Amino acid sequence: MIPYSEMGQRWEHFPHGADVGIRGVGTSLAGAFEQAALAMTAAIVDPGTVLPVTRIDINCEAPNDELLLVDWLNALIYEMAARQMLFARFSVQIGDHRLSGQAWGERIDPARHQTAVEVKGATYTALHVAKNDDSLWYAECVVDV
Amino acid sequence: MDISRLTKRSDFAWEIEPRAGMRVPGVIYADEALIRTMDDKVYEQVCNVAKLPGIVQASYAMPDAHWGYGFPIGGVAAFDAAKDGVVSAGGVGFDISCGVRCLHTGLNKNDVEPLNKRLVDALFSQIPCGLGRHGKISLSSEDMDAMLIGGAEWAVSAGYGTTEDLECIEEGGRMAGANPQAVSDKAKNRQREEMGTLGSGNHYLEVQHITEIFDDQVGKMFGLHAGDVVVSIHCGSRGLGHQIGTEFLRAMVIAATEHGIDLPDRELACAPIASPIGESYLGAMRAGINCALANRQIITHLTREVLADVLPKATLTMLYDVSHNTCKVEEHLIDGQRKRLYVHRKGATRAFGPGHPDLPAALQSIGQPVLIGGTMGTASYILVGTKENEALSFSSACHGAGRAMSRHQATRQWRGRDVIAELASRNILVRSPSMRGVAEEAPPAYKDVSAVVEAAHRAGLARKVARLEPMVCIKG
Repeated sequence: MIPYSEMGQRWEHFPHGADVGIRGVGTSLAGAFEQAALAMTAAIVDPGTVLPVTRIDINCEAPNDELLLVDWLNALIYEMAARQMLFARFSVQIGDHRLSGQAWGERIDPARHQTAVEVKGATYTALHVAKNDDSLWYAECVVDV
Repeated sequence: MDISRLTKRSDFAWEIEPRAGMRVPGVIYADEALIRTMDDKVYEQVCNVAKLPGIVQASYAMPDAHWGYGFPIGGVAAFDAAKDGVVSAGGVGFDISCGVRCLHTGLNKNDVEPLNKRLVDALFSQIPCGLGRHGKISLSSEDMDAMLIGGAEWAVSAGYGTTEDLECIEEGGRMAGANPQAVSDKAKNRQREEMGTLGSGNHYLEVQHITEIFDDQVGKMFGLHAGDVVVSIHCGSRGLGHQIGTEFLRAMVIAATEHGIDLPDRELACAPIASPIGESYLGAMRAGINCALANRQIITHLTREVLADVLPKATLTMLYDVSHNTCKVEEHLIDGQRKRLYVHRKGATRAFGPGHPDLPAALQSIGQPVLIGGTMGTASYILVGTKENEALSFSSACHGAGRAMSRHQATRQWRGRDVIAELASRNILVRSPSMRGVAEEAPPAYKDVSAVVEAAHRAGLARKVARLEPMVCIKG
């Protein structure tokens, strides 16, 4: 999967034995969370094949930014599974460890979507959320597939 | 892994002596070559597990061990409730009771081969696999709770299979102590349309033929002969298990701190066995085990329907059904005393030897079939549990080959269509909804399963009985 990059925002995958490490990089914490969500979608399917036609809303709250990242990703995993959807566009707002997010996507169409794996859950392995020396925010963890 | 950090106990057993907070030693069962290819993270994770409260005897890693979450995949550890022992959602993982079921067909390779193409297409059309493909069964709330309590026994009572199937499933097909009330509505909602589905990733259904029998006597007792055709099903508790894992992992990260447990890794999230959250998790996790057992039972039924049409002479009967990701209460001998322990197996197979009281009567004199899955292009193995393993690793063995390279690397190296064409040229027919999924699961992306099985055999964890090769594979 070719990493996507625009205006300092990007996502990428990093290796983890049997599974996939996902990393979102953004100019803000919220931007890094949006990119991490896109990285997770890219572990499942080419995000370019998913049409952002239906919006769902997600709200979560956690004691710190790292748990908030896991909660955000797990909320998306639940919505994907329960609604049989894939998401390709994300918008996140974060304040005081509370997240309000929107995800746009569509119902899985096996004829159009070459889905590689199903993400079972976001893990605490290699979980890291921080602003680095390059002034960009990084949000990353391993997802179990 | 740097082998100089280990103390050699035998050619197939290596010890990490206790240090820096470890309550017990670590023991890795593998040969030198396998140890050298293991990630250093396996060493770190074996040590971390050894630091958890109430751990007994040792923190073990099986020959296929690789970097997991908290526990290594291929990790085994037992905890004593009387010594403030813990139960760990991280020690079981997301795919609760993911496992393998192997069924006799009563057919020979020559009976099946001429109909391979019809068979693979019929299985692919009738057994839902991959994302976005539902089962035909939708459970009401009452049925969901009955399934979570009844497991494969529920599935049989609902018309999926026969009571004879239940005897050779761990726990007789129904895990006792399941508590559907401890399973969230979200977990149940994720499962509502997923009964009788294979899932994706490394899950599969294969029709295999026996290429070699290593132990004639046990082979005969298991009903296995060279050339026989069997069906192997590898899948788990689907969305329900994933959601239980997700929710309890988070709750136990917080509960561990509240109970004064210092977690060396958040993924080792755990709570005392004797605590409300510990009990609640055990009830939910056991419901997850029943979900996996019911799921494999329904897929067995769907397979029977396909075979009745394509190969009407086939009779699918159970060899055995093993679970990989579980925490089970078992009695083991510790320092000459029988103790009731909470045995966590994460990507490891239970491997009871002959005479174990929990084995069905038919297997009492032989030991349990231990089913080791390979890839769609390599061998799988059937082993038998040993008496001596009781003292080696709480009667546990490896579960598969383990990955040798990441999914990302695999997709850069292979194309799904090429993998399928190459396998077809070897008379192995593969069907999958996703070419990218096939590329990620390309056989060379895995370690050599034969080396892993040989190490398990030589270490005494289980003894080789039969080698299988795939003929037909449905991949999620």
